[in-house]
Amino acid sequence: MTTIFGIPMQALFGQLLIGLINGSFYALLSLGLAVIFGLLRVINFAHGAQYMLGAFVAYLLLQYLGIGYWAALIVAPLIVGLFGAVVERTMLSRLYKLDPLYGLLFTFGLALTIEGTFRYLYGASGQPYAAPTQLGGGTNLGFMFLPNYRGWVVVVSLLACLGTWLLIEKTKLGSYLRAATENPVLVQAFGVNVPLLLTFTYALGAGLAAFAGVLAAPVYQVSPLMGTNLIIVVFAVVVVGGMGSIMGAIVTGYMLGIAEGLTKVFYPEASNIVIFVIMAIVLLLRPAGLFGRDA
Amino acid sequence: MVELSEKMTTNVETERNTSTLQMTMLLVAIGCLMAAPLFFYPIFLMKLLCFALFACAFNLLLGYTGLLSFGHATFFGGAAYFTAHAMKEWGVTPEVGVLIGVAGAALLGLVVGFVAIRRQGIYFAMITLALGQMFYFFCLQAGFTRGEDGIQSVPRGYLFGFVDLGNTTNMYYFVLAVFVVGVAIIWRFINSPFGMILKSIRENEARATSLGYSVARYKLGAFVMSAALTGLAGGVKALVFQFATLTDVGWQMSGEVILMTLLGGIGTLIGPIVGAGLVVTLQNYLATSDFPVTIITGIVFMVCVLLFRRGIIGELHASRLGKKLGF
Repeated sequence: MTTIFGIPMQALFGQLLIGLINGSFYALLSLGLAVIFGLLRVINFAHGAQYMLGAFVAYLLLQYLGIGYWAALIVAPLIVGLFGAVVERTMLSRLYKLDPLYGLLFTFGLALTIEGTFRYLYGASGQPYAAPTQLGGGTNLGFMFLPNYRGWVVVVSLLACLGTWLLIEKTKLGSYLRAATENPVLVQAFGVNVPLLLTFTYALGAGLAAFAGVLAAPVYQVSPLMGTNLIIVVFAVVVVGGMGSIMGAIVTGYMLGIAEGLTKVFYPEASNIVIFVIMAIVLLLRPAGLFGRDA
Repeated sequence: MVELSEKMTTNVETERNTSTLQMTMLLVAIGCLMAAPLFFYPIFLMKLLCFALFACAFNLLLGYTGLLSFGHATFFGGAAYFTAHAMKEWGVTPEVGVLIGVAGAALLGLVVGFVAIRRQGIYFAMITLALGQMFYFFCLQAGFTRGEDGIQSVPRGYLFGFVDLGNTTNMYYFVLAVFVVGVAIIWRFINSPFGMILKSIRENEARATSLGYSVARYKLGAFVMSAALTGLAGGVKALVFQFATLTDVGWQMSGEVILMTLLGGIGTLIGPIVGAGLVVTLQNYLATSDFPVTIITGIVFMVCVLLFRRGIIGELHASRLGKKLGF
């Protein structure tokens, strides 16, 4: 068998793939966080809970209504997005004038409530969710075996990231969003409904998290705690990338996912903490983050 | 934290008139705590005192310096591990064991603080959370913490070599003494020139810098101080329960101490004590039912942030009764 640095090639590529998949989720989630933070100045601690909600909605749709994966991929983000819109309108919007820390504390409470409720109803153990039959099996790439579903996750999340980037950078709606980030009062004076824009943005972020959740459901199991540990890692990703740019969030997400995968090959004991270590090093060398604008 | 500043401008003249009244209240409170084991379960009271000190130490950072740390479980749980290890493996006396916990927590605070103070506000919270999680994984894998099992059956030992802390009454008064000393240190600290500079940083960091203060150094000092006092609470807690486990270093613990402080009143001296009392009592009450505490915790968090950000003691201070008592 071929080896690189004494590591079998198969193992290396296998871990690289896992890293790429984790990176896809980091990228999707940190992208959503960056979009919400850009406009609302709120760090959405409930992002992990919304990711979990996406997976759970897909699972429940299948259990009770017989709605399969493909429909859930669209319906679940819409439901979670709607939930996000209600939360933003009724509660979160009252906190914009205060210190951003209150937004963080509020969404932390929201995350605890959602996760606690699902744990109470469904227990802490995971529920299996099968990948769609069209994406079963795998492809032999010659140097490694690629399960089709995992390939699909990488491709689709890349497309989703690019789609969001295009939406924000290239469309009329995106230009409103960017303008409102710079100066909300002025944008409102031009006749744009800024409060509605804020609600839409939060719903969009929540929907993106739910989309990632549905994608993750067949890879990991559907469990109430699937978002909690993930969101802390995503926070580290966000600190490394800096929340200044959308592209920065995406690139950092993939980069750190791959770094984590490589660590699993060369020094498995450190794979849990490598992202945090990278975060600490980046903070010491470049406090604003790799793509950050503000210090 | 804009709202914190409102009540900080106390009139020096009224302060003098009411200081006797407050002193009386303080003595009554200490008297009540001395007599408390006659009426309540001592272990519960000790747990309460440990968490109250933890919350006060945390508030030193959030309330008086304006830094929200989401990783204080690192110092609480870390000190619990250090104290438990020193007591069990090295057989030191309890006061040395607790001091080892404090020193360890202060050292951790120095490292975490050095990295985290490079960013402000929301980033500071996320960085401390991430570093706290890193320490959690470290404790999960390190040998001396014994992974999932934790350090079990830690001996309480003999205080100064002759007071048997295995006796619950002795233990209670030891914890009470540590608590009173800890809170007195915090009180002295926030009323010192150092504490005044911290408050000025909280109010306006740019202005403090322009006045020539090395803001980063003061923040780091406050962070280490808070971590050390948190370690004091954590070390004593390890002695009370005679074990140290992963629960104490998890992010949930960091969240809990934020809730206690928020509920009681950020930036007040006794707010965190009241908040800790309420949260610990609630947990005790819910421990017997199968209803998860996290749901209640989450809801209380949301209600606090939405409706009363000053917390119970903060609201009391702002009320007419509070004004009369001279807060």
